[in-house]
Amino acid sequence: MADKKQAEEKNNIFKKLLSSNITVEVIALILLVLLCTAFDHAFLALSWNDNTGGLAGPLITMLQESARYLMIATGMTLVISTAGIDLSVGSVMAVAGAAAMQALTNGTNVWLAILLALVIGLAVGCVNGALVAFLGLQPFITTLIMMLAGRGLAKVITSGENTDASAVAGNEPLKWMANGFILGIPANFVIAVVIVILVGLLCRKTAMGMFIEAVGINPEASRMTGIKPKQILFLVYAISGFLAAIAGLFATASVMRVDVVKTGQDLEMYAILAVVIGGTSLLGGKFSLAGSAVGAVIIAMIRKTIITLGIDSAATPAFFAVVVIVICVMQAPKVRNLSAELKRKRALKSSEKAVAA
Amino acid sequence: MTNATATPAKKAVKKTRRIDAQMIPTIAAVVIFILMMIMGQALFGTYLRLGFISTLFIDHAYLIILAVAMTLPILTGGIDLSVGAIVAITAVIGIKMANAGVPAFVVMIVMLLIGAVFGVLAATLIEEFNMQPFIATLSTMFLARGIASIISTDSLTFPDNNNFDVLSKSITIIDQPKLSHDLYFNLGVVIALVVLVFGYILLHHTRIGRTIYAIGGSRSSAELMGLPVKRAQFTIYITSATLAALASIVYIANLGSAKNTVGVGWELDAVASVVIGGTIITGGFGYVLGSALGALVRSIIDPLTSDFGVPAEWTTIVVGLMILAFVVLQRVVTAVGSKK
Amino acid sequence: MMVYEERSSYTIIHVRPKYHKTVTIPLFKGNEMTDKTPIVVMKGITIEFPGVKALDGVDLTLYPGEVHALMGENGAGKSTMIKALTGVYKIDAGTITVEGKPQQFNGTLDAQNAGIATVYQEVNLCTNLSVGENVMLGHEKRGPFGIDWKKTHEAAKTYLKQMGLEHIDPHTPLSSISIAMQQLVAIARAMVINAKVLILDEPTSSLDANEVQDLFAIMRKVRDSGVAILFVSHFLDQIYEITDRLTVLRNGKFIKEVMTKDTPRDELIGMMIGKSAEELSQIGAKKARRAIEPGEKPIVDVKGLGKKGTINPVDLDIYAGEVVGFAGLLGSGRTELGRLLYGADKPDSGEYTLNGKQVSINDPATALKNKIAYSTENRRDEGIIGDLTVRQNILIALQATRGMFKPIPKKEADAIVDKYMKEMNVRPADPDRPIKNLSGGNQQKVLIGRWLATHPELLILDEPTRGIDIGAKAEIQQVVLDLASKGMGVVFISSELEEVVRLSDDIEVLKDRHKIAEIENGDTVSQSTIVETIANTNVKN
Repeated sequence: MADKKQAEEKNNIFKKLLSSNITVEVIALILLVLLCTAFDHAFLALSWNDNTGGLAGPLITMLQESARYLMIATGMTLVISTAGIDLSVGSVMAVAGAAAMQALTNGTNVWLAILLALVIGLAVGCVNGALVAFLGLQPFITTLIMMLAGRGLAKVITSGENTDASAVAGNEPLKWMANGFILGIPANFVIAVVIVILVGLLCRKTAMGMFIEAVGINPEASRMTGIKPKQILFLVYAISGFLAAIAGLFATASVMRVDVVKTGQDLEMYAILAVVIGGTSLLGGKFSLAGSAVGAVIIAMIRKTIITLGIDSAATPAFFAVVVIVICVMQAPKVRNLSAELKRKRALKSSEKAVAA
Repeated sequence: MTNATATPAKKAVKKTRRIDAQMIPTIAAVVIFILMMIMGQALFGTYLRLGFISTLFIDHAYLIILAVAMTLPILTGGIDLSVGAIVAITAVIGIKMANAGVPAFVVMIVMLLIGAVFGVLAATLIEEFNMQPFIATLSTMFLARGIASIISTDSLTFPDNNNFDVLSKSITIIDQPKLSHDLYFNLGVVIALVVLVFGYILLHHTRIGRTIYAIGGSRSSAELMGLPVKRAQFTIYITSATLAALASIVYIANLGSAKNTVGVGWELDAVASVVIGGTIITGGFGYVLGSALGALVRSIIDPLTSDFGVPAEWTTIVVGLMILAFVVLQRVVTAVGSKK
Repeated sequence: MMVYEERSSYTIIHVRPKYHKTVTIPLFKGNEMTDKTPIVVMKGITIEFPGVKALDGVDLTLYPGEVHALMGENGAGKSTMIKALTGVYKIDAGTITVEGKPQQFNGTLDAQNAGIATVYQEVNLCTNLSVGENVMLGHEKRGPFGIDWKKTHEAAKTYLKQMGLEHIDPHTPLSSISIAMQQLVAIARAMVINAKVLILDEPTSSLDANEVQDLFAIMRKVRDSGVAILFVSHFLDQIYEITDRLTVLRNGKFIKEVMTKDTPRDELIGMMIGKSAEELSQIGAKKARRAIEPGEKPIVDVKGLGKKGTINPVDLDIYAGEVVGFAGLLGSGRTELGRLLYGADKPDSGEYTLNGKQVSINDPATALKNKIAYSTENRRDEGIIGDLTVRQNILIALQATRGMFKPIPKKEADAIVDKYMKEMNVRPADPDRPIKNLSGGNQQKVLIGRWLATHPELLILDEPTRGIDIGAKAEIQQVVLDLASKGMGVVFISSELEEVVRLSDDIEVLKDRHKIAEIENGDTVSQSTIVETIANTNVKN
């Protein structure tokens, strides 16, 4: 009896693992790695680079790139959970990066430059939040405007130049943030993971996560429980702006140069995709930061795959668009009903067979 | 029942100011346009010259077309973010085909068809698979732009003597000694005006057009009234995408060259034109003529900022703030209206 | 005329003199109706939603030239029935025959083409368009250049004239005319599609007395032209004034079809709530009233609390340990008053005194901080947060009052969840299940647990027993009594008079958004007392 129970429990855990989104994601990730290894046998190779004091290899560069996606995907997850969207993350990255680079070339202390970038990102997020929460504007139009104006702001900060701060003395801390290593692992990846964990703890160890989900699932019922949905909305956009600023630092510090057009370009799409892959519905509600985090790594891995397979990198956006369309179509009620219908029919058939037998 | 013939007591219908209030953004747009023109004229002395007005129209004929295109989805509370990307993909394919020696007429047809295909795709995702319009058209935007850059990332130029020139050849109406005082136009401007008339007729003189307004008022009401909502939605997104392809034709004919990055951010210029022209971003109220006016306001920002010596990078911020100001204005107007 | 004992601290609103309106003589006399050929015959209509039979074999017959009322309390299946007839829902069993032809409606357009037009309570027109456009939408007159607006507006004008709206210019924006006129515009629209059946779903709920008379005049005119009108209203006076026959539904089942003029009011109410007239008077209060000590201060004392268009100013006081019942039909303002007490809607008049202190309760968060809790009648839209677990649903209100960043310690949370799941006997006893997977009754218990966890001094329960099975119902009723005996003030709002009478110390009777009486419960009070009060009081708006 006891054995049976234990076996059942094990079975349940196994089932849960199988049905969990993260398992599927990890499998997808492994498949991508295998695919790359098949093409490039050195893909999995890791070597120790004495100059940088860290590991080197294709996987390591992939992790380095994933750091920025981790940041924006985390912010986007919270925003999407409230049934909103933040299309401005890419532009905020450019703004924050531009602020940091420009400040550095103007001789500002590197820590101050970092702080400045973060404050600007937070401020843009707060503006988004205020417009959505307190003025009641639609999230997509608000953040779309910010996406446009943000690019302009980045250009204004650098006077239209692609400011290069690589030659500025004393920029090491920022450089290290993007290119350094902690115990051989890319520093930006470690920082990003730590931040994701911190946000996760903030959400799950306080009531914040529950309140965000509640507002996304049913704003009116949430209001009736004494939650103030407006404050929650404001908060998630502010967080998203702040995290996008960190992503902007990662993106620019790796080359110590901001490209006012290309920094963060298209990244709102990547973030949305990471969230959708991570199992959070675009209609809001329950969210999974871990799912989005793995989703962010998958995005980086897909990009790496495209390069490894020798596909023109220009194809990347089209490829991602197809993935989003496929996932959204699969989530559509029509398709879901269809598969449920098929299952039912199959069950009916098998029961008929059983009766016949 | 003698009572049956009784008519209700007549009540004076109160004229509320709701519709007037709804007109405020449009009136604001007219005032802003006039002020901008006067200011430009007063400070720089060129803005009321016929030549200036001619180039304003010629250079921005494409934007008028895009503004008309964007008006349709926004009237229903939706949006089409793919218009800029469709300009890019059709431009790249069009010039490639022209270089391969395909007759201009065929090229144009193909370009329009490609636009229509993207429209069908977006409409299908929205109507059949319940995707929100902005997500669906954001996907088609990335798809179109991605395909465009797969095809070519070079700057492409038309071969000599292609028939696209027909569209860009200027026709002078008033000939004066100085070019800057001439009044002239080209076929591209004519196309833009035809599109404007087409948009007007579609929206105001067809049942599909009325359904579009009805959806913007209340989709569930429109459905309960038995209106062809689905057909209207397909019409909207196919029309907007096809018009984007048409804008592409006019634009590349005028410029003679294009790159896969053409049209980046144009969806926002189109949204700006529509919103400035008085169409409510949540749908239900607005008109194409306003959008055309909005396109002119948007167009005049560029020469104004450059004449003022404002760095070009400020333009996007100005446009962004303008959209924001108009959206907030609309929000305030509707809030006041609904309170009444 | 009823006279109630005087109680020093209470305001007694005396029931007004009997209602004297002349009742319209129906078009048909006796059984003349059956001699005619019906336009619509619905037979054995069954509609199932996952787990619920919303309609179970319901019949409805409509004859040309009659006004037919569809009667029933909330959840009886009226709106489902209307949606079956208008093609919004597909029927799982039964037949719909229109003018002798069997029909399969696959959408609203099918129903419209069959000649069935509907005017919904929330007037489904487009407020962004003009009156004329709304009337003609989809049926605009066309000329060589598309829609010919001149002709279209002329046509609209003639249809508007039929509705007595000849003074309205078809170019007027719809949003600028009153709801009453919008309703007439919607009826004009029905005339455009040449409807043979006109469904009016709660058309009078937001009209004043004069507007109702205008509407009735038009309804009579339309009826006399041979159209069958299906009329839904919660206002009994109106039912008796305008309808010829009525069909009564209860809990998704067909109860009876009767001639309006042959059916006394108390009998009709009895059919709707499932008790015969005799039964109604027999069931008395089974509860000893809680005595109010002289000089005792109420928890809540409101004077003139009201909100325009929602509920007219009401005076009310609630003492600790007292159950105050709100009785009245749907639309009487019973829910609206509960929402105002909780701040779910912002009141625009009145004074609110809480434990002797004047307060302004403008939102739920403030109410909860002041130890007031409200369990909504609309469990799905305003109550449960579907995808969250039972545990989260119990804790969320308490958590909100404590603040987002002061999480309830796990031990305490476990204890709270455990306590209320046991106390409320939630089944299955698994706190980690999403609440949407629970049955209605258990969802309700979880929600009551949620509010109890905030330790309210005043608990407002709006329809806590609606749509749940008998067992859960009895449990919830017992909980109400237990809470009051422990000193909590409870407001109990229900459409089922039986439980209001059985549980309440005091009963506030509401009708047409007015408080019309306050009845002290006692041996002489029964359901029929309340029914008579409602039936015999005339409220002037």
